[in-house]
Amino acid sequence: MIEISGLSKTFGLGANAFTALDDINVEIRQNEFFTLLGPSGCGKTTLLRSIAGFVDPTSGSLTIEGQDVLPLPPYARPVNTVFQNYALFPHMTVAQNIGFGLEMQDRPKAEIKQVVGEMLELVQMAPMADRMTSQISGGQQQRVALARALAPRPKVLLLDEPLSALDFKLRKEMQIELKRLQSETGITFVFVTHDQEEALTMSDRIAVMSSGRILQIGGPKDIYDHPAERFVADFIGDTNFLEATLQSVAGEVATVTLPSGKTVAARAVQGGGQSGAVTLAVRPEHAVLTKESGLLDGVLENIVYFGTDTHYHITLDGGSAFVVRKQNQPNTGEGFEVGDKVGVSFEAGVGQVLRD
Amino acid sequence: MTQASDTQATRRRWLLLSPALLILLFAASGPLLIVVLYSFLTPGDYGGVVWKFSTDAWFNVVVERDFFDDTLSFSDAHLSIFWRSVKLSLMTTLVAFIVGFPTAYFIATRPKDKRDIWMLLIMIPFWTNLLIRTFAVMEIIRNEGVVNSLLIGLGIIDQPIQMLFTEFAITLGMFYVYLPLMVLPIYAAMERFDFSLVEAAYDLYASRWRVLRRVIFPIVKPGVIAGSILVFVPSLGAYVTPRVLGGGKQLMLGNLIELQFGQGRNWPLGAALSITLLAIVMVALIVYVRAAGREEMSHG
Repeated sequence: MIEISGLSKTFGLGANAFTALDDINVEIRQNEFFTLLGPSGCGKTTLLRSIAGFVDPTSGSLTIEGQDVLPLPPYARPVNTVFQNYALFPHMTVAQNIGFGLEMQDRPKAEIKQVVGEMLELVQMAPMADRMTSQISGGQQQRVALARALAPRPKVLLLDEPLSALDFKLRKEMQIELKRLQSETGITFVFVTHDQEEALTMSDRIAVMSSGRILQIGGPKDIYDHPAERFVADFIGDTNFLEATLQSVAGEVATVTLPSGKTVAARAVQGGGQSGAVTLAVRPEHAVLTKESGLLDGVLENIVYFGTDTHYHITLDGGSAFVVRKQNQPNTGEGFEVGDKVGVSFEAGVGQVLRD
Repeated sequence: MTQASDTQATRRRWLLLSPALLILLFAASGPLLIVVLYSFLTPGDYGGVVWKFSTDAWFNVVVERDFFDDTLSFSDAHLSIFWRSVKLSLMTTLVAFIVGFPTAYFIATRPKDKRDIWMLLIMIPFWTNLLIRTFAVMEIIRNEGVVNSLLIGLGIIDQPIQMLFTEFAITLGMFYVYLPLMVLPIYAAMERFDFSLVEAAYDLYASRWRVLRRVIFPIVKPGVIAGSILVFVPSLGAYVTPRVLGGGKQLMLGNLIELQFGQGRNWPLGAALSITLLAIVMVALIVYVRAAGREEMSHG
């Protein structure tokens, strides 16, 4: 659907040059909810603006349904954008805002009226049709911005952190709403966010970006359970990093020796090619705490109760920190106390060897 | 609250209002009333007025009495001056808009730290004496001036083009003098303009021209209206510019009024013409603001 290859963008010249996008290669599929996830300044917005046509890439190619769109100005591309600040036209009513794109395409008046009516229903804003955009709340403005971008039936909808201005509760509602709109309209969504939870709950696939590069592309579970790089593991969720030694790799299975001297099977990096010292990532909830000696041994330093779960902070023999997260059950007195000598274990295949 | 403290509060309110009221009374309403009063008196032999009621002055605004046989006819001279004043002022406003709008747009789209320098460049001529600026325009367009010398020197023309002492000269002069008054309010409106709206419109299939017409212009329109009024009103009553660049041949309302209070020694007629000028300005403003408002309704 959208094919991007070798896309780069450099701002400025000479010593002031800043590479915002560095050799981006990605294929976004039809009807997909695709998320660009990364910290601010990672290039995700620049990539989105390149698709919209507001940024002119320095090199590379970008096609939508096989058509090269790079020479096209924003108004000739079959994409629409939901802007971070919504950018609703303040001199128009809600209905006029929604109809603007259709009007600019010179569609017949009757058709515009009908589509605007449908869109107002879709985002549940019909009673507000004749309000000015300054007379509605932030959440309502968000819906209008969505309807305005969806009304011309674009092939791709681009969303630039559209939920960041909303409060927590409204954001949760809109996440579900966005998912619903995407499945109802069948339009490909490209969603930009720095919120890892938002990305995990909404996306079909996620591209994690940092410093202008895409580090990993995959489904939410894939990205979370098997981060390919230290940055991805660190940025998404909490992770324990262990220094380990790679013994052997057989397909997807890597055998590593932990600092404690014990050996365990873990997931190998795609492509392989590693040897010697590697970093192993283990999610806190994938490890279990035991009173007996485990794969790793240490001393319990701190217990933090979170309601749904409890975090056990352990200092391993050798000095590095490790966190185990355990879901709380009714009436379970585990009997762990600060200062106890404890063991930490995890199953074979749970750890992920990270790319250097 | 008691009656007494109520009265006291009212009195204090009047006291606070008094500076504004005094200015209104002595600087605005008072002089205006004197002018209205003068327009209904008889001219004195050596200027001034004689305290005798007469409507002759108002009569003479539009009608003239033949000197020899007392027949009445429309005062072509006055009417043509009215017409020229309105026409040249409209032209000035239009040209100032055509040049001022892109200028304001240009400045508003510069980086923040550069905008003040550009505004300063626009404002510098405004701080120069009006006469000096007008003579500068004269120096450029007179027969032996910069433009004609250049064109003759390049062999494009043999004879100088007569530009000075024409309506063109007056319009050019007024445009140059009042341009900052158009640029400033439009710039003020554009500086507040959220340019992400332009991106939103581009994204929604609007071409550059349509973005300008449907998004930028309607939002900065209050600035355009303010600028047009600020240019049109002083143009209509302009005195120095038409005097210098029109050479006494192309009179405008301001010159006609001056003539009546000066050489004409007809203060009542001068007063009546002044009130007429005020009336034209007010009618023009009402029509303009109404028209601007209606367009907004139809476009939304």
